[in-house]
Amino acid sequence: MRVSVSWLSEYVDLPADLAPGDLEQALVDLGIEVDSILDLGETVSGSLVVGEVREIEELTGFKKPIRFCRVDVGAANGTGELQEIVCGARNFSVGDRVVVILPGGVLPGGFAIGARKTYGRNSHGMICSAKELGLGDDHAGIIVLPEWLPAKPGDDARPVVGLDDVVVEVELTPDRGYQMSLRGLARELAHALGVGFQDPGLTPAPGATARPAYPVEVRDTVGCDRFAARMVRGVDPTAATPDWMVRRLTTAGIRSISLPVDITNYVMLALGQPMHAFDADRIAGPLVVRRAEPGEKLTTLDGVTRTLVAEDMVICDDTGPISLAAVMGGQTSEVVDSTVNVLFEAAHWDPVMVGRTARRHKLFSEAAKRWERGVDPALPLVALKYAVDLLVEHGGGAAGEEILDIDHVRPRTPVVLPADLPTRRVGVEYPPARVVALLEQVGCTVAAGADRLGEDPGTVGVAAGGTVALTVTPPSWRPDLTDPADLVEEVVRFDGYDRVPSLLPMAPAGRGLTWQQRRRRAVARLLADQGYVEVLAQPFVAPELADLLGLPADDPRRRAVRVANPLSEEEPLLRTTLLGPLLGALRRNLSRGQRDLALYEIGTVFHPRPGVGVPPPMGVEHRPSDAELAAADAVLPDQPRHVAVVLAGEIEHSGWWGPGRTAGWADAVQAGRDVLIVAGIPAERVTVRAAEYAPWHPGRCAQLRVDDAVVGYAGELHPAVLAGLELPRRTCAMELDLDAVPAPPMAPAPAVSPFPPALIDVALVVDSSVPAEQVQAALAEGAGELLESVRLFDVYASDQLGAGRRSLAYKLTFRAPDRTLTVEEAVAARDAAVTRAADRFGATLRGA
Amino acid sequence: MSYRNDPYDPKQVALLDPAALADAVADAEKAFAGAADPDALTALRPAHLGDRSPVSLARREIGALPPAAKSDAGKRVNEARRAIDAAYAARAEILEREQAERVLVEERVDVTLPFDRRPPGARHPVSTLMEQISDLFVGMGYEVAEGPEVELEWTNFDALNIPADHPARGLMDTFHVAGADGATESGLVLRTHTSPVQARTMLTRQPPIYVIVPGRVYRTDELDATHAPVFHQVEGLVVDKGITMAHLRGTLDHFARAMFGPGAKTRWRPHYFPFTEPSAEFDVWFPEHRRGAQWVEWGGCGMVNPRVLRACGIDPEVYSGFAFGMGIDRTVMFRHGVGDMRDMVEGDVRFTRAFGHGS
Repeated sequence: MRVSVSWLSEYVDLPADLAPGDLEQALVDLGIEVDSILDLGETVSGSLVVGEVREIEELTGFKKPIRFCRVDVGAANGTGELQEIVCGARNFSVGDRVVVILPGGVLPGGFAIGARKTYGRNSHGMICSAKELGLGDDHAGIIVLPEWLPAKPGDDARPVVGLDDVVVEVELTPDRGYQMSLRGLARELAHALGVGFQDPGLTPAPGATARPAYPVEVRDTVGCDRFAARMVRGVDPTAATPDWMVRRLTTAGIRSISLPVDITNYVMLALGQPMHAFDADRIAGPLVVRRAEPGEKLTTLDGVTRTLVAEDMVICDDTGPISLAAVMGGQTSEVVDSTVNVLFEAAHWDPVMVGRTARRHKLFSEAAKRWERGVDPALPLVALKYAVDLLVEHGGGAAGEEILDIDHVRPRTPVVLPADLPTRRVGVEYPPARVVALLEQVGCTVAAGADRLGEDPGTVGVAAGGTVALTVTPPSWRPDLTDPADLVEEVVRFDGYDRVPSLLPMAPAGRGLTWQQRRRRAVARLLADQGYVEVLAQPFVAPELADLLGLPADDPRRRAVRVANPLSEEEPLLRTTLLGPLLGALRRNLSRGQRDLALYEIGTVFHPRPGVGVPPPMGVEHRPSDAELAAADAVLPDQPRHVAVVLAGEIEHSGWWGPGRTAGWADAVQAGRDVLIVAGIPAERVTVRAAEYAPWHPGRCAQLRVDDAVVGYAGELHPAVLAGLELPRRTCAMELDLDAVPAPPMAPAPAVSPFPPALIDVALVVDSSVPAEQVQAALAEGAGELLESVRLFDVYASDQLGAGRRSLAYKLTFRAPDRTLTVEEAVAARDAAVTRAADRFGATLRGA
Repeated sequence: MSYRNDPYDPKQVALLDPAALADAVADAEKAFAGAADPDALTALRPAHLGDRSPVSLARREIGALPPAAKSDAGKRVNEARRAIDAAYAARAEILEREQAERVLVEERVDVTLPFDRRPPGARHPVSTLMEQISDLFVGMGYEVAEGPEVELEWTNFDALNIPADHPARGLMDTFHVAGADGATESGLVLRTHTSPVQARTMLTRQPPIYVIVPGRVYRTDELDATHAPVFHQVEGLVVDKGITMAHLRGTLDHFARAMFGPGAKTRWRPHYFPFTEPSAEFDVWFPEHRRGAQWVEWGGCGMVNPRVLRACGIDPEVYSGFAFGMGIDRTVMFRHGVGDMRDMVEGDVRFTRAFGHGS
């Protein structure tokens, strides 16, 4: 909301020397965010003066008519002679007073004014339009001052056109509807600065008369608990809105439309009471306030025809709905150029209803914004009086004697506040008298004792003891004050947040990170140490991604959580694998000139649970039952945390040390093995086997298992997938479900033998289709307990071995816990190992 | 080099002559001095200290002398032998030392050669900052709580005193999850803040509760220089007996000093959050801001709204609590002077590598 300080000053006695910075601080301390403070006087520099046009010479021969003017600017130009100025506007005559900026001045936007030759004449300065002065969008012509203004040539024009004001733009929190008015802001500033406040909301206004201003029937007093109206007859339809009102509306971002409509907006800004102006001659028959009938149609002022639902409230005449209540009026009854009889309406609507209607119709009008934040139900008659007075003053006509007021507003429920609650919640010692004083300043009525309403509140604070209960009735303009905690906030807000001391609470001894949290950190550090760069990719993906990844029709990863209102209609799904977004990051890096890339991400993937329906409805008055909570959580998608890596280009660079190495399937598989190692899973519980699984290359895909559970896949990606994603050939990837990896077992300590080892190498020739891991497992089984370790150190294929055969060379380390092994013992163990491999896979000793 | 290998000749007793022995010593010393390296010195050893060397041959001739002369001659031979031994040892030591030094010189390399064989990896600054903050609070006795990113509307809103029709819910710019089979309502959202984890924590454990909640959150903001639809928050929650706003301030002050140095401090501005009452936004005084020491908007905080405690099964008459939260991405941005939010989400390795492995 944008308001001018001069308007605020009508209600609050702002100190004359209040600097913009002090004003900003006062607002911030109140919890009102200040977007900007603009001192309009500083937006135009140099001489901006009132001038009187003395001579106009029409210049012809140019594309558009041009005027060469001689303007009396008094003594402002130093000589008293007429100022010669070329002007392109035509909306003025000799004798008119205008606004002139003299050479040396600078207009908003840094537009410097000098003397220059233009259209064949010398022009010394400029005659200004409102737009050029930053006062509005009106560029149709220059400003012509109204005759009643007392300004004379040479006077500083800033006060005349309102450039002596300060404009504040504030952002208000959604709980404080009362701040969305000059009245509310002025009240808060008065409290914060400790200065006087004249509440325009308490202006005496006449009450309902026996005869209504117009026949009205309110059929739903829940949706509309107050409806008031007054009539002004015989208004001059040509009467213009006064400049000062237009200026204030424009400052607030509201366009001037017509005098009656402008007045309703002006009163809304001033008091916070949204209003509506009907053309009384365009209403047929009595007004009825009711819920809409489903399917009813109404064309609102913005020209949109809206289909209504049963929850919307409407104001109807004999023709049907003529206004979408509290949100926007209708076209058929709006004030028009010929309107002479104006019916002002000021009502009070159910904020929940208005909010829902505004959201449903996407109509967040200034009125709707105020209604859903809460409007003072005590205002309608005051607002009507203000509006009627303004219309009669500026538009002529006669105020109708009849006043309608259908009032079903219920009295406020008092809040019981233990007097020491602010102290207990804030940690500042507030004596009860201080609590009472602050709440009364807010406008509350305070009584001691939960059951002693009506006693003289003035004596309460003094008499109150430590734990006395205060009965607090908030003022009508504070619908947000419903709970004791709300009152505590008002106490600390006006006493000052800066008075709250600093005290560190003592937490009980904690248990540190969980093993899952420690594991994620270990995995992240491991991968970063190994050269992978962490990515936090956005999880939104396109439906086509499943095809691009080549996922089979029945792959569960094709079932994705869909966002109802995605930012991009192309990417409405949440990822079911980390690879899509991570490969996207890979491609982005490649497109930016990187070639050798290793990326990783640890993040959540989302798998919807089919057929679970919606969560059960749960209230907030008390804790839902465990069964309800479990039923609700059962609806949530499964959201396991995965880790994934992608690799392209060299994983080792070439250099003076020798050639580089291109990342391959084995790097991806090893990344998976390494993750399981740092996850604390013993190597003997991890198995790797060949698998065919999209989006991997069917011949270069490893399945990683812990015990019997599949935890992930790794290898080279499918060439077709890479082509489809426009990624380099041989790009590799690994993805592993961290949540599927079991908790790390307590590792048993090994017996470390001090005796020397016996090292024996064996080279076994086996069929190429036999997985190396299984050969190694056979060797280990056969070797028995003396085997300390076995490591594959060479893989070799040749013509001599024959097609489909390969040699696997292993280094066996034997050691006994209690003695030095003899050669015979080691050889026997070696032979047993080889025999097992031979039995199982037909392995033969190479060269044997 | 050749050695004398002629058989024993008694005439050679002349070798016992003092002058001859002196010559043998002098010859040996001269020869040793001429040896350029330990190998050359070793090669000289047979000629001067071997079985056929002058001193060895001289010793053999002692037997041919008259008994009276034996003693003198023996002494002379021994002295000569010792002198040659000493000369050899001295030369050997010098040569070995010289050789060791020469090897060190010869083996010199250019240690400035880069060995960037593997491109460096890096952690995302958002991840490391979340860990750093978690560690700080874990050190104070807090535990790290987590929750789902696709969340129940009830935990994301209702339980936090954001009723369905409250304008605050509209301000949250929420991603809604589509219902199954084309249904419009799913009752699920992408969590708009980490606060539902507060609710989950209170629903599953009784006070005292001291938790810190880092996590990923979602809002329907288009990605631009200052906004992202996916970002990160960290949130603290304390529920205990006798908790006041003073405890909140003490915790935030400690937090600020740990993050921004001993000169850091916080200031509060009243604000509105449905789940806290009273509520405040807080700024931190950041002495090392790249544009000079200044106040920076950091986050929101307040006393847990008793309505929230009640909805989560905690008696607000017995317990009170505070909560605070801030954006991690934004904190990284102002702490490190990141100019564009897009750098945080695009995964460009040049950006992330600048942060190394975090601290």
